[in-house]
Amino acid sequence: MTVADFTSVLIWLPVGAAIALWVLPLSRYAIGSLAVLVSLVEVGLWIEQAVRFRFNATGLQFSQNAPWIKDLHVSYHVGEYGFSLWLVGLTVVAMAACIGYGFWVGRDRPRAYFGLMLLLTGATVGVFVAQDMLLFYAFFEAMLIPLYILIGVWGGAARTGATIKLLIYTMAGSLIMLAAVIVYGLQVGTFDLVNAPISMSRWLFLAFMLAFAIKAPLFPFHGWLPDAYREAPPEVTAVLSGVIAKAGTYGMLRIAITKFPEPTSYYRTVILALAAAALVYGSLLAFRAPDFRGVVAYSSMAQSGLIAIGLFSGSNLALDGAVLQMIAHGLVSCSLFLIAGTVERRTTTGEFFRLGGLAKGRPALATLLLIVGVISLAVPGSAAFAGEFLILAGAYQRAWWWAAIGAGAIVLAAMYMLRLISAVLHEARGATVDDAALDLRAGELALIVPLVAALLVLSAWPAAIAHHSFAGDNPANAIVSQFN
Amino acid sequence: MIHTPHIDWFSIVPILVLLGGSFVALLCAVLVPDAWRRTVSALVAATAATGGIVTSIWLYVDSANGHRVIADSFYRDRWTALSQIILCAITLATVLTGAERAREHESEFFALLLASAAGMAFFVGAASLMTLFLSLEWFSIALYVLCAIDYELEGALEAGLKYLVVGSFGSAALLFGSALVYAATSHIGFVEIAAAARSHDLLLLLGLAMIIAGLAFKSSAAPFHMWTPDVYQGAPTTVTAFMSSATKVAAFALSFRVLRTAFPQEEHLWSWALAALAVASLLVGNLAALVQKDVKRMLAYSSISHAGFILIGLSTGSALGARALMYYLIPYSAMAFGSFAIVAARERELNAPVTLDNLAGFGWERPFLGVAMWFFMFGFAGLPLGGGFLGKFYVLSAAYEHGWAWLVVVGVVATIVSLYYYLGVVRAMYMRSPAELVVAGGSPPRERLLQVAVGMAFVVSVGSLFAVSPVITLARHAASALPF
Repeated sequence: MTVADFTSVLIWLPVGAAIALWVLPLSRYAIGSLAVLVSLVEVGLWIEQAVRFRFNATGLQFSQNAPWIKDLHVSYHVGEYGFSLWLVGLTVVAMAACIGYGFWVGRDRPRAYFGLMLLLTGATVGVFVAQDMLLFYAFFEAMLIPLYILIGVWGGAARTGATIKLLIYTMAGSLIMLAAVIVYGLQVGTFDLVNAPISMSRWLFLAFMLAFAIKAPLFPFHGWLPDAYREAPPEVTAVLSGVIAKAGTYGMLRIAITKFPEPTSYYRTVILALAAAALVYGSLLAFRAPDFRGVVAYSSMAQSGLIAIGLFSGSNLALDGAVLQMIAHGLVSCSLFLIAGTVERRTTTGEFFRLGGLAKGRPALATLLLIVGVISLAVPGSAAFAGEFLILAGAYQRAWWWAAIGAGAIVLAAMYMLRLISAVLHEARGATVDDAALDLRAGELALIVPLVAALLVLSAWPAAIAHHSFAGDNPANAIVSQFN
Repeated sequence: MIHTPHIDWFSIVPILVLLGGSFVALLCAVLVPDAWRRTVSALVAATAATGGIVTSIWLYVDSANGHRVIADSFYRDRWTALSQIILCAITLATVLTGAERAREHESEFFALLLASAAGMAFFVGAASLMTLFLSLEWFSIALYVLCAIDYELEGALEAGLKYLVVGSFGSAALLFGSALVYAATSHIGFVEIAAAARSHDLLLLLGLAMIIAGLAFKSSAAPFHMWTPDVYQGAPTTVTAFMSSATKVAAFALSFRVLRTAFPQEEHLWSWALAALAVASLLVGNLAALVQKDVKRMLAYSSISHAGFILIGLSTGSALGARALMYYLIPYSAMAFGSFAIVAARERELNAPVTLDNLAGFGWERPFLGVAMWFFMFGFAGLPLGGGFLGKFYVLSAAYEHGWAWLVVVGVVATIVSLYYYLGVVRAMYMRSPAELVVAGGSPPRERLLQVAVGMAFVVSVGSLFAVSPVITLARHAASALPF
């Protein structure tokens, strides 16, 4: 097996493991351990790929191509570019932490639960490496299936409405994308993303963008977000906001911007305006949200808006920054939701008016929440600061007011994040906070600390991603030349 | 002296095998003692169906050059053979599903089932209006009786009668249409009709319209679908499973051939007519399914909506449409059969009609059937869990290639609507809180054979996603037998 095969292995190993979990007569403990083991193997495989990746070379790497539907020129084509490598990394790391969390809290019906989490891993990796439109679409949809069941079965009391909303919103978007895939693929005679020539069609662009804007989500397509993020089990919310939402912004980069340059510049102002709206509106909602998860959920929406500003401002700096921000925010929101989960386990609630004073006697929890919170509000020196700075500097090259709006939103971010930290950790002790509630246990630390460590490494060396996502020094050109 | 035509016996071997099985099964009713009757007749029926599969595969291999046989009344080609393979496989699955259910007329059940399958196998190869009508009546009459075979069942007699009356109406329309076509062209052979047809012949057009209406009755396309929900609901579920899959395969395979072979000059008319039927079926099927509580009834409406999808492929009249049609039928019939078989299993467990409410908890109680059901439901909805997804992709591609982008949009919108009721089944099976669960009472019957049948359907529906190319190659060879 060569390192190029790892791309496929990263997709199909968890799928195979999920089937094995369903079929083999394993004990509850064995099922969880096997799932965690597989998710760690995924991380290992990815590290191996990252080490071997040639960041200076242009073009697709670790690719595999086999015909799938010959007469319509659909192929099983997978491979990685610099930025897809980082997103795959984010996926496997975040999934490992979340599967570990599920194991730690001992989810009910482990066979189904861990199988679905592994399926979700495979499908999400598939989205980031697929280089064929139909394959991309298939993985994009396939992510929804485990998500739907994970939220619907293991979610909170109002899960039914949340799952219906999530499914209908996102499926509506992606089925319209299916129509666009069909039309585009048949027009240009191939479904291969690498070979397909660029298109001038604004309708197709809008259809793709709709699907991605719902997934990301951008204003005004975020109707599914608050319910889904509140009702899902915390580790599933962590995946949803940390990783799955990035599939939306990844799609914008890989398909919408790359394949539709003319419509991109035609609709640039509209999309930037919607992204800015998501950023400001999301930040305001986050400031108003009455609970832990609500704050993080709306801040995710705000961050998606910021990433979209980076992608669509079309300058080199902003593109580098957008990729960095995707990874940084993925890690941040994954950690925050996991911490939210640990808080909920101790206090049975995430509502601020019943929380408070958790820092006293719980140094590990307080430290971790503080570190992640501070990174998230983009304190200078943090990974998020590097990402946001690059995005705003790039947006400034487009027009100064985009940068001004973005900078304003960063102030809002500081406000809602500090409000969150003080409401949970400080202030008077909340009604549900018991002295007997323990600090973070070793198992929980083992899940969250690696994520935070990754964030700290990125804070120290943001160029690891910012300079290693697009070959060459000119991402804007690379997008035009490299993928075609 | 009567001139006897040369008979190519080999071309009708699958039909003869099924018919022979039917006779033997009927003899079992008299000759085999009560205790053994069901086992022996089921064994005979399974053997005959397997024989049908084997011989029709053989026929497929051996009929690369399609031609007409037996006084030009029957087609020996791959279109016929592939349809027969599918039909015989469905018959085998039906035998397995029915074999474990005690009923009053056991041998007769299998005899009628095989007779009806034989009629369908003849129907798909019909080359003249005479054989078309004869075989239509042949399999329909067997089905009328099958619907009412468990006459002690509530609604079974009503279903049988309704099907008889409405079905006869459809047959009469078809017969009258055939007469008009004969009057216009003085031929009954499809090829001769095409050769003799004059353009703008009102008589011929009227005949064509009535033939389409007659076939639409059989394939339960709106607005000729009125009988479907009642009959599907009232008939024994095993029979419903057979009808919903096999009848559709037969009716659509034959419709495409008749329209393509006998009425190529009128393509601009019938393609619009079929597109209208498709839109009507999608509309009626999806909207009505939304409000159903009874699962059989819901699936009946879902089958109407799928008739709409298949009609999209049919209406294009192109080679791609023919491939799309054949491809769609394979995973569709597997999913339709499988889902009804699972309903049958639940029905036997509860001894009551299956509704969304008493499906609660089914997924956890019977893991295999539950997983299969959610695969079928997601597959119906066009999520990439099985061939249903690619079937939709294919059909919509054919519509786009035909220049009907609007039909793609209609298909996509219909799919979005359909999500709601398909997901409703998954929700009912898995996502109810334990308090709502119905206690089924005692341990459920084992029904190994039924599970084997569901397993077959499962393998076909998932396998057709991964092994697209071989299936498409089969469909292409089959379609090459038709004139384009």
